[in-house]
Amino acid sequence: MAAYLEISKVGITFKPGAVPVLVDVDLQVARGEYIAIIGHSGCGKSTLLNIVAGLTRATTGGVVLDGREVNTPGPDRAVVFQNHSLLPWLTCRENVRLAVDQVFGRSKSRAERAAWVDENLELVRMTAHADKRPAEISGGMKQRIGIARALAMQPKVLLLDEPFGALDALTRAHLQDQVMEIHHRLGMTVLMITHDVDEAVLLSDRIVMMTNGPMATIGEIATVNLPRPRDRLALVENSNFIAARQKVMEFLYARHRNPAQAA
Amino acid sequence: MSTTIDSVKVQNAPNPKASGPGPAARIGSALWNALRNAAPLLVMLVLIFAIWQIAAGGAKSSLPPPTTIWAQSHDLILHPFYDHGGLDKGLGLHLFASLKRVFLGFTLAAIAGVALGMLVGTSMIAMRGLDPIFQVLRTVPPLAWLPLSLAAFREAQPSAIFVIFITAIWPVIINTAVGVRNVPQDYRNVARVIQLRGLGYFTKIVLPSAAPYIFTGLRIGIGLSWLAIVAAEMLIGGVGIGFFIWDAWNSSNISDIVVALIYVGVVGFFLDRLVAMAGNFITKGTSA
Repeated sequence: MAAYLEISKVGITFKPGAVPVLVDVDLQVARGEYIAIIGHSGCGKSTLLNIVAGLTRATTGGVVLDGREVNTPGPDRAVVFQNHSLLPWLTCRENVRLAVDQVFGRSKSRAERAAWVDENLELVRMTAHADKRPAEISGGMKQRIGIARALAMQPKVLLLDEPFGALDALTRAHLQDQVMEIHHRLGMTVLMITHDVDEAVLLSDRIVMMTNGPMATIGEIATVNLPRPRDRLALVENSNFIAARQKVMEFLYARHRNPAQAA
Repeated sequence: MSTTIDSVKVQNAPNPKASGPGPAARIGSALWNALRNAAPLLVMLVLIFAIWQIAAGGAKSSLPPPTTIWAQSHDLILHPFYDHGGLDKGLGLHLFASLKRVFLGFTLAAIAGVALGMLVGTSMIAMRGLDPIFQVLRTVPPLAWLPLSLAAFREAQPSAIFVIFITAIWPVIINTAVGVRNVPQDYRNVARVIQLRGLGYFTKIVLPSAAPYIFTGLRIGIGLSWLAIVAAEMLIGGVGIGFFIWDAWNSSNISDIVVALIYVGVVGFFLDRLVAMAGNFITKGTSA
């Protein structure tokens, strides 16, 4: 199986001569795979995502997506930002529309683009609120628009930067289910940053566990052996779910405790 | 001032009292709400006028009490648009002349200020070259420009407009530059991911993101313009509220001065609200 997304020997040092934040990060992702990257805060997992997005340049190593090296940001690696990053002066529909017009301005007609915007709003069930501004909708809804905007770019890899981190538990569960369903339907490749063990196990095919920074790297990769579609209620007592969960917990809290908490 | 805004909000909000009974009762409760919101202001005004009346009511007082002002100047209050030819005009006409100057000067300042602010905000070289000059020039008091502009234009009208222009332009430039320079990283990241660059980036991300800053600059600018025009008109003469006040002082009509000051304050307040409302409308509520 040739890797669709290949991260090889990626390292980053922010100031010359300083201790590197990331070293020797190697990861191969297959097409359609859902990868979660988990680690304590400050381990550089968001930096890694930004490197894949092209928003930050790696000091060493590189990222190859579908046979092409990644140097600059682009819609083939759409990002769902943690703080949603919707433009407050545009309505939800206009936010998605801006991205769609920009990405498909030449390849699709006006009517096709409008239909495509509506289709993606429907995908995240936001059609009813499409003409509201970001300030008028809840945090969960904003994140759904963020997801719709990213999906509407038809990215090769969808990058999720702690997309549910700022949401309450119930909203988060609801959105996780929606993302699972969309992933099931579209089969897109996903790279998701999280610090929530249950979320990582529930959503992903493989969980990439990061060691603590500085000089953070991938400590271990756990494969989640659970059939899809997954149901959060049925999984509670599933032995594979529990095993995967334990493995991640053990990595995070026994072997690689957060340095801030250990001190 | 805030009372007017509050009363609008309260009337729009669902009113528990108004839900059940008929239209008559609804109008009654709306009136009651308006009264409740306006009452503190009315009480305050009555109080101020009463204190003023007592303080200035003595025989040796150098300033007139409200009753004297009414007796001497009620023509000015009741007939703001009379025109007896020459400079003998109602306050409304004087204000109108001042507003025309402010409108011209401020419009020019807004256009030039936003353009220069964008230049300074986007180009590092322009900032290094122009910002120090702006920082020095903006501290020059508005009236200090008047002799120079009179020398340059040799006419009162364009000189006054220039003084307004030069007064209002600095806050517009500086706020526009700050707004353009401080586009949040989040928005820039979005633009980078969707590969929005050049003119598209500028019109779709930078301008809307800077709009609240620009309108803050415009609001400060219109306020300063109004401050400057009164002073400038005292010196240049002709029709205008500033000249009216100076003329009243020369003819010892203290009552007229008081009435004119109240007019100046009220008009200044409405100018500020007007720019704020325009900002709110254009930025779709994202500006304060």
